[in-house]
Amino acid sequence: MSENAMIDVRTLSKTYRVHKRAPGLGAALRSVLRRKYEVVKAVEELSFQIADGERVGFLGPNGAGKTTTLKVLAGLLHPTSGSVRVGSYVPHERDPRFLQLITLVMGQKQQLLWDLPPSETYAMNRAIYDIPRAQADETVRTLVELLEIGDLVNKPTRQLSLGERMKCELVAALLHRPRVLFLDEPTIGLDVSMQAKMRDFIRDYNERFGAAVLLTSHYMDDVVALCPRVVVIDHGRLIYDGDLRELARRVRPDKRMTLRLSRPVDRADLEKLGTVVSADAAQAVLSVPHARLSTVVQGALSALPIVDLTIEEAPLEEVMRELFGAREKEARQVSRAHG
Amino acid sequence: MSLDAVPARPGFTSELGRVAKAFPTLLRVGVSEVVAYRAEFLVWILTTNMPLVMLAIWHAVAADGPVGHFDQRAFTTYYLGVLAVRLLTSNWVVWQLSMEIRDGTLSAKLLRPIHPIYALAADHLSAVPMRALVISPAVAILAYVGWDRLLRHDGALALVFVASLVGAWLLIFFTMILMGALAFFVESALGIFELWLGVHAILSGYLVPLEALPRWAGAAANVLPFRFMLGFPVEALVGLLSRHDALWALAAQWGYVAFFGAAAVGVWRVGVRHFSAYGG
Repeated sequence: MSENAMIDVRTLSKTYRVHKRAPGLGAALRSVLRRKYEVVKAVEELSFQIADGERVGFLGPNGAGKTTTLKVLAGLLHPTSGSVRVGSYVPHERDPRFLQLITLVMGQKQQLLWDLPPSETYAMNRAIYDIPRAQADETVRTLVELLEIGDLVNKPTRQLSLGERMKCELVAALLHRPRVLFLDEPTIGLDVSMQAKMRDFIRDYNERFGAAVLLTSHYMDDVVALCPRVVVIDHGRLIYDGDLRELARRVRPDKRMTLRLSRPVDRADLEKLGTVVSADAAQAVLSVPHARLSTVVQGALSALPIVDLTIEEAPLEEVMRELFGAREKEARQVSRAHG
Repeated sequence: MSLDAVPARPGFTSELGRVAKAFPTLLRVGVSEVVAYRAEFLVWILTTNMPLVMLAIWHAVAADGPVGHFDQRAFTTYYLGVLAVRLLTSNWVVWQLSMEIRDGTLSAKLLRPIHPIYALAADHLSAVPMRALVISPAVAILAYVGWDRLLRHDGALALVFVASLVGAWLLIFFTMILMGALAFFVESALGIFELWLGVHAILSGYLVPLEALPRWAGAAANVLPFRFMLGFPVEALVGLLSRHDALWALAAQWGYVAFFGAAAVGVWRVGVRHFSAYGG
């Protein structure tokens, strides 16, 4: 795969030198004379490849190094060591053709001009990216239609809602039809229906233009809906790279069985079948080991008043919580053993 | 796309060509922004009133007799010239740049295939037409009061004056980029600039005509860069310089432009490597 990779990261490390001081006036005065620095390893020996047109979720807890990696990939940060290529380019060399190839959308940052309508930002980007007018107009029309934003592009940005702004922001970021999309929390702060629309749009863009997508999001629905593959990092290190469902199976081998009931049942009867996650008069959710699934289904159908039964993987939020929780616990034990 | 050998990076002339093509749109959008911020913009211009304060003081001092070559009328033309040149050539890029570096908003500019320095230049140049409009009454008064001395009625001196205005704008822009880019390395870039501004106020001719300074200070002002940011264009405008002296000053000014331009680009290049995109 690496020969044809659109994104190729090999043993990437990035460290920061951070000024550190205690709170208070005394510490502030002391830091004038003698500054203390700490080296923070944001990313360590990270390697992965992403093919052209692939959609990959980039997951990890806060401070895991996701945004740092995205910034290195976008050419904003220089790697401390290792090598990174996007297309044929080394990102931190910031070749204009590389910058034409990519876009980085950060949900908490914006490029739209605040007091002018988004259409002015589009005009500016058209000039900066040297896009022929007809092509830019066509792209804006297509994106505006896909995102259903119509006349909003002619209202001053400051008068738009967060969701409207985010959609307009995407048009600005995609006007030059980038082949690589780095999306850092693109749905942050949006309501559920707007999140769903954004996801549809990202998938549509990826399919229409064959763009590679690397997405970070704390909303697991985004990842489930968009990314068949995930790269998971923790403390800057790779801990998983592969199929999303396989990760869920590996971390949480239990299946989630939801029973809709025609009348209330005893909790003890449910506990005979598996671990009770939740239960009320009309519905019970059980966690059942994969190996016992068929036996449990048969038992449930014969013993309980079931109207409907569904079996799913455990929610990704729980998978992640368990994965990072277990690693945190492991780290604490190691540190205790050494301390 | 595969990991083929990277094709040669486009050269400087190709980059300049792309910038030249984009510049009219950048300027147009910049003018729209200035119009959107017109109230703030006018308030900011009204705060640049120090030349008028100095005019009132020196006008009173000269009531009893001229100070050097300056009588009351000469002070009026000088300070109106200072007001006009200052408003046409100054910009606030140092504040913008240091803030964008510190809060990480510079990232958006770094992601575009045009060097951020060009984008900043367009941003700040687009304020010039509006400023020219605002100061036109002061220029009209200047022309009326000082008509007999204005540019010594010399076409060549008029050309030198125009070139000196462009040079002053570039010199201020590059020094501001240079000091703004210090925010890549230190937290107190604005403090360094405030210090620079204090020296500038005295040695540029902003507060006092350089001729009125003590001899040693005047000699220092003639070789330091501050005079070429303000005093020199004003002196050319109000007829204080011969054609010969103006041409020498112009050469020195553009020498400083080249020096500070190279220094700004150099510090920028090293600084971007240090950029940690704090806060986002």
